[in-house]
Amino acid sequence: MKRREFITLPAKCLGGLLVYTMAGLPIHINEAEGTVSLALQFFTAAEARTIAAACERIFPSDESGPGAKQAGVIIYIDRQLAGPYGHDRYRYTKGPFLESVPEHGYQGKANPQEIYREGVQKLGADFADIDGSKQDERLRAIETTIFFRMLRAHTVEGMFSDPMHGGNSNLIGWQLIGYPGPLMSYRDEIDKHFGEPLRSNKPVSLAQVVGHPVKGWEEERS
Amino acid sequence: MERLKPVDVAIVGGGWAGLLMAKEIVSRTTLSVVVLERGGQAARPSEYAARMDELDYNIRLRMMQNIADETVTHRHSSTERAAPVRQYGSFHPGTGVGGAGEHWGGVSNRFLPDQFTLATHLHEKFGSRLPEGLAVQDWGITYDQLEPYYWRAEQLMGVGGKAGNLAGKLIEGGNTLEGPRSHEYPNPPHKMAYMMDLFNKASLDLGYHPYPIPTATLSQSYKNPDGVTRPGCLYCGYCSRYGCMIGAKAQPSTTLMPLLADKKNFTLKTGCWVRRVIHRDQKAEGVSYIDSSGREIMQPANVVVLSSWTLNNSRLLLLSKVGDPYDPTSGKGTLGKNFTHQVSHGVHLFFDKPLNNFMGAGGLGLGLADFEGDISQNEAPGVLVGGAIRATCGGEGPLSSFGRVPEDEAKSNWGAEWKKAALRWYDRAGEIMAEAAHLAYRQNYVDLDPTYTDKFGDPLLRLTLDWTEHEKLQGAFLTKIEVSLGKAMGARIGGIARGVRNHYDVTYYQSTHVQGGAIMGDSPDRSVVNPWLQHWRLPNLWVVGGSAFPQNGSGNPTLTILAATYRAADAFVDRYVKKPGALV
Repeated sequence: MKRREFITLPAKCLGGLLVYTMAGLPIHINEAEGTVSLALQFFTAAEARTIAAACERIFPSDESGPGAKQAGVIIYIDRQLAGPYGHDRYRYTKGPFLESVPEHGYQGKANPQEIYREGVQKLGADFADIDGSKQDERLRAIETTIFFRMLRAHTVEGMFSDPMHGGNSNLIGWQLIGYPGPLMSYRDEIDKHFGEPLRSNKPVSLAQVVGHPVKGWEEERS
Repeated sequence: MERLKPVDVAIVGGGWAGLLMAKEIVSRTTLSVVVLERGGQAARPSEYAARMDELDYNIRLRMMQNIADETVTHRHSSTERAAPVRQYGSFHPGTGVGGAGEHWGGVSNRFLPDQFTLATHLHEKFGSRLPEGLAVQDWGITYDQLEPYYWRAEQLMGVGGKAGNLAGKLIEGGNTLEGPRSHEYPNPPHKMAYMMDLFNKASLDLGYHPYPIPTATLSQSYKNPDGVTRPGCLYCGYCSRYGCMIGAKAQPSTTLMPLLADKKNFTLKTGCWVRRVIHRDQKAEGVSYIDSSGREIMQPANVVVLSSWTLNNSRLLLLSKVGDPYDPTSGKGTLGKNFTHQVSHGVHLFFDKPLNNFMGAGGLGLGLADFEGDISQNEAPGVLVGGAIRATCGGEGPLSSFGRVPEDEAKSNWGAEWKKAALRWYDRAGEIMAEAAHLAYRQNYVDLDPTYTDKFGDPLLRLTLDWTEHEKLQGAFLTKIEVSLGKAMGARIGGIARGVRNHYDVTYYQSTHVQGGAIMGDSPDRSVVNPWLQHWRLPNLWVVGGSAFPQNGSGNPTLTILAATYRAADAFVDRYVKKPGALV
C-alpha cells in the first residue's frame, strides 16, 4: 500500500464534525502548535499545498468572511478525487474520444484525477509560495481549461456541501450565508417572512437532522 | 440462454407507465405479470431522508441511471458525426423502481385540447404559411376522449390545484386556457411563497391571469381511490432530483407499489437489463435480458409492454428490429421520427430582498393562463404555439444558488471581488421559466449510433436534434414577456436561464421532457402505435410512455403519460384480454 501523505491545517478550523467523518483514518493533533495533520487519500502533500493555495485565491478568507482554507476545501477535493467521481465511474468513457462542438461539452479521455495531476503541474511547484497577485495571474492564464472549471466548481462545493464530504468544516460555509441545513419542514414558514431573511447562525448537518451518520458517494469503493 | 416459464404479460421498465399498467392488469385480471426493471429497488421514505444531500443528488445526480453503462449520442443534423453525451446535462433519465417518477418535481398539468389535434389545428390556421419541415401530427385521440383518464391520474396522485374550466364554466384564478374538466382538483392549491406572491401581483398588474401550478406534491394529507394514503408536503426544498422523505410527492414507489407488492400475480425483478424483444411472424414472443449476475435469460410472454422511458422504448424497438426505421430524406419509416424535447426558456432575476428560496417543493409555483397554445400573430408573428410561463419555488440549496451575481457586479466568477458580490446577492436570484411546446420536424429524429455502444456492446441511441427558427422566435417572445414580468416584480434582469440558444446544447439542464420516437396516431403509415398504444404490426406488443407523443405540448408531460397509460390499460383489460388481436 502506498505511503499515506498528510496535510497540516489549523486545528481550530476543524470542528468535531470533520474529525468524526474522518473516523478510521489517522489524525495527528499537535496541541502546542494548534495544528492537525490529516491523511490524504489522493493528493501528495505537495500537491495538496498547491491546490489549497489555489482554492484560497478562488474563495479567499478575507474581511468578507471565512474561505476555502477554514472550510477545509482541500480535504473535500481530495476525497472527491479518491472516490468514484475521481476516476469517472459515473461518466461515459467509451471511445473513440473525438473533438466535437462546444454544445457537447467535455469529450476528453482524462478523468478528474488525471486532470488535477496535470493541472497541478501547470500551476507550478512554487505556486503556494508566490504572492497572491502572481497566483491570480497563473490562475487567469488557465481560466478556460477544464481543470480550472473543475477547481472553481469544487471549491464552491467544498465551501457549501454537507460536512460529511469533508469541506464546510464546522458548517462554516453555511454559517457564512445563514443556510439552516437540510431541515425537514418549512410548513409553518413557507408563506411567511416575505422579503425578510430566514437565516440560521446554528445550521445543522444532514447527520444531525436524521440522527445517524450518513456516508457520501465518495466513500463508495469498487 | 436460459428460458424461463412463460408469463402472461412481461413489462419492461418499472417507472410510472410500467407500474401503472401492472397495477391495472393485476388488480383487474388474473393474468400473471412480471415487471423487469434494470435498476434496483426504490428507497423507502426514511432512506430518502438520509439522501437530502445537495452535492450527491443535485450536483452529482446520484439517482440517475449510470451514464457509464448507457448514454445517447447527439448531433445537430444528419450530415454531422454524433458525439456521446458523456455526462448528464440537458435531461436526466431515472433508474430503479419508480424510474424518473422518483426524482421528478411533481408538476401535473394537462395538455391543452388543441395539442391532440395540432396538425389539423395549425393547418387550418396557417395553411401554406407553416414552416418547411414541420412534422406535427394529430394524436389519434382527442382531449375529450382523454379527459376521464386525466381525472383518474389526478386522483391517483392527489393533484392539488384550482380548476379554470369546470365543465365549460370558466373560473378566474384557475388556468382558463385549459380544456373543460369534469371535476375540481382532488386537492386544493399549495401555500403561497414569497416569489409566488411577487409574481402574482406583477401578473395581475400587467393584466395577466396567474393560477397555481397543479402539482402531485400533496397540499394536504390524501387518500386516493386505491386506498393509498400520503401526507401533505413540508416544503423541505429537497424535491426534484430527490425522492420524497415523507412520501408527499407522488412517486411510483409510494403510490403504485403499495398496491402491487402483495399481489400474487405480480412479480418484480430488479437488475434485469432487457436487450431485445423476441418476435416472429408479427408476434412478440417475449424478451431477452441480462440479469444482475450476468446471465442471459429469455422470458417468454403472451404480451410484452415496453415502458422503459421515452428513449429506451425507441431504442429497444430499433435493436429488436420491430418496425421500419425512419429515414428523414425519404420521409419513409415511422420508428424514430417526431423526436422532440421542450422549449424551456427563462430569464434570471435579481431582487433587492432575500427570497428564502431554499424552502419549496418541486411543483410549487404559479403559471400564467395567457401564453399557452395559440399566440396572437400581431403580438408574435411566426410563433405557432406558446408555453406555460411560471415562477416556481422548487427549493434551492446553496450549491446551486450561491454565486449568481448581476453581470456588472464582478468581472470574474472567482476571487475576492466575486466572493463579496456573491455573498451580497446570495438568495436574491430567482427566475421566471417557461415550459413551451416543442414542435416536431422532419429533421429531428432518433436512430442507432454506428459507433458508440453500451456496456453490453449494443449501439447507443443517436439523437439528431437542433432548434429551428421557430424555437428561436418562441424564445425571443417568451423572453419579452418574462422580462416585463420580472421588471414588474421589481427585479433586475439577468441573462437567459436554460433556454434556446443558437444550437441545441446537451451541457445544461433543460428538462427531462424528451418525447416521441415511437409515436401514436390514427394510421400505421404515420405512427408506430395505435391510439391505444398497441403496436400497429405486433398486436401483442404495447409501447407506453412519452415515446408516444407526436410532439411535445406546453407544460410537463407526466400527467399526460399517466392518462394515456390508463386509457391503454382499459383497452387492454376490457377489450384485448377478451379478444386478443389488433384493436383497430
